[in-house]
Amino acid sequence: MINWKVILNIAKTHLLTKMKSTVTASLGVTFGIGAYITLVSFMTGLNEMLDSLILNQTPHIHIYNEIEPSDEQPIALYQEFEDAFNVVNSVKPKQSQKKIHNGLPILNYLKKDEKVYGATPQLRAQIFYLSGSIELGGNLVGVDIMEEARLSNIGDYIVEGTAQDLKNSDNGILLGAGLAQKMSLKKGDRVQISTIKGDVFPLKIVGIYQSGIAEIDNIQSYANLKTVQRILGEAQNYITDINVKLYDINEATTMAKSLGKQFQVKATSINEANAQFETGSNIRNLITYAVSITLLIVAGFGIYNILNMLIYEKMKDIAILKAIGFSGNDVQLIFMCQAMIIGVLGGILGLIVGFVLSKLIDNVAFETEALPTITTYPIDYDIWYYVIGISFALISTFVAGWLPSNKAKHIDPVRIIRGT
Amino acid sequence: MDFVLETKNIDKYFDKPVKFHVLKDISLGIRKGEFASIMGKSGSGKSTLLYILSTMDTDYTGELFLNNELITGQKHGKLSQIRNKNIGFVFQFHYLLSEFSVLENVMLPAKKLGEKSLAEIEHDAMEKLRMLDILKLAHQRASRISGGEKQRVAIARALINNPAILMGDEPTGNLDSHNSENVFSIFKRLKEEEDLSLLIVTHDEDFAKRTDRIIQMEDGRILD
Repeated sequence: MINWKVILNIAKTHLLTKMKSTVTASLGVTFGIGAYITLVSFMTGLNEMLDSLILNQTPHIHIYNEIEPSDEQPIALYQEFEDAFNVVNSVKPKQSQKKIHNGLPILNYLKKDEKVYGATPQLRAQIFYLSGSIELGGNLVGVDIMEEARLSNIGDYIVEGTAQDLKNSDNGILLGAGLAQKMSLKKGDRVQISTIKGDVFPLKIVGIYQSGIAEIDNIQSYANLKTVQRILGEAQNYITDINVKLYDINEATTMAKSLGKQFQVKATSINEANAQFETGSNIRNLITYAVSITLLIVAGFGIYNILNMLIYEKMKDIAILKAIGFSGNDVQLIFMCQAMIIGVLGGILGLIVGFVLSKLIDNVAFETEALPTITTYPIDYDIWYYVIGISFALISTFVAGWLPSNKAKHIDPVRIIRGT
Repeated sequence: MDFVLETKNIDKYFDKPVKFHVLKDISLGIRKGEFASIMGKSGSGKSTLLYILSTMDTDYTGELFLNNELITGQKHGKLSQIRNKNIGFVFQFHYLLSEFSVLENVMLPAKKLGEKSLAEIEHDAMEKLRMLDILKLAHQRASRISGGEKQRVAIARALINNPAILMGDEPTGNLDSHNSENVFSIFKRLKEEEDLSLLIVTHDEDFAKRTDRIIQMEDGRILD
């Protein structure tokens, strides 16, 4: 038989008459939770920004034709040498083309697969950018630009011009920002490129492309697939890469394996391509959580301390309550209620403080050459951080309240009343 | 014999600082409507006995009956309920909850008991305060009233659940003669008007002489 109204009323009176301790304890929780929310939102925001910087430029599955030696050399087919120890010197790569064999049928097959969000063909060509007598080595990537813009955020990185401009132009090029700077070119100018074979083509700059990664911006440009095929003098089925985006990124590895087997091509998944990158972001997350948990534990100790003091101060009251018929459980509940009230108030206030601080950081200007799409510090407003924050506030106040209140439960009223 | 409170062969030892036989084979009974007092030198074990009788101290051997029901060996939760409903207790020092108002202090045990509605409890509490002539203090903070008044509030609190017996541990020990007299007359009136059983530990011989029965204690035994 627990009379909640009476217990809550006593807890409330204790808290209100000890306003200073109550406020201090609540603020402890508030700062702990607020700092946790701010820190975790900010750090995961940064992490996500860095992740997306790399990941958005990496397809979930990348299909291409690797130039490599055959696993089996012809001599292995001779039965006479089956049991012999064969040595082959000067092994050369298998004679094959750079293009993906049956590229277009594979592309069509992928587009019909229900797991695939989209697949785009690419043609990577080694070229030289000509600027007067200077030749700059680089790549020209032929793409289906509208499809590319739909599947990746390439649109964000076109700092001048638009994807549509490239599509509409038969001999347009999206020039890498580093290249444009080196050659003092701007949108609307013409740039001459030369293929490895020596053919020279003039292309019109319809836009500037800046990924934020200097190594890419200094060598890579984009043009329409057909334009590049024409420059290289190849047929319309000549593609060197297929980039696949899936609905579920977690299926990338298994699907890459099966595609590789099915079509006799090299297929790498995003996980393989960015293995060490993944490790980096995992460690950053680990640090975030370590710091957050430390903050929350410190807040928990604050609550423990203050409740402990409160219970020592209220020793006489506890004895009286027990003498007039309150059980040990009632007394424990009274102090647990106080702890939980502090936890709830401090926790909710902490969420608000965390949100406000995040908002503030979110509005601080943060402009960097490397990241054209970012104008302010990134913040991740994931609702889960708030759920975790309030849960931890409740759990830590519960634990911090449980220990001292358990002591109060077992206080012997006789000893206190008799003053021994 | 109809005893409100009865003990059979109660023994108690203190372990600290040295093993000490503080209560020796105590058997006594308090009848309904009896006003009894326990007297004895300090260290004779009278307070210790009282705390055992009040069910707060459970560390003893022997048997304790309240309304002919065996109390010894009950769980703590159950003992709290028994104490709440059947026993009123007044201490030497008033021991009110200083953050609550006088009225709330008096109402608290009844709220814990939870047998009546809040309005009824408040009505009862006001009745008790009126009976003890401290109605005008009802809404004062318990820390803001005088010592004599506090003791009367403590008595009102002890009476709120209409207990079977009222116990006091030197309830007048800390009061001047005027207030002592006042408290005594309240006890006397409660016995006569409400047929309440009282058991009061006291040092005050004048007080004890005017009760129905004096239980003399010495060295942990009852003298007859």
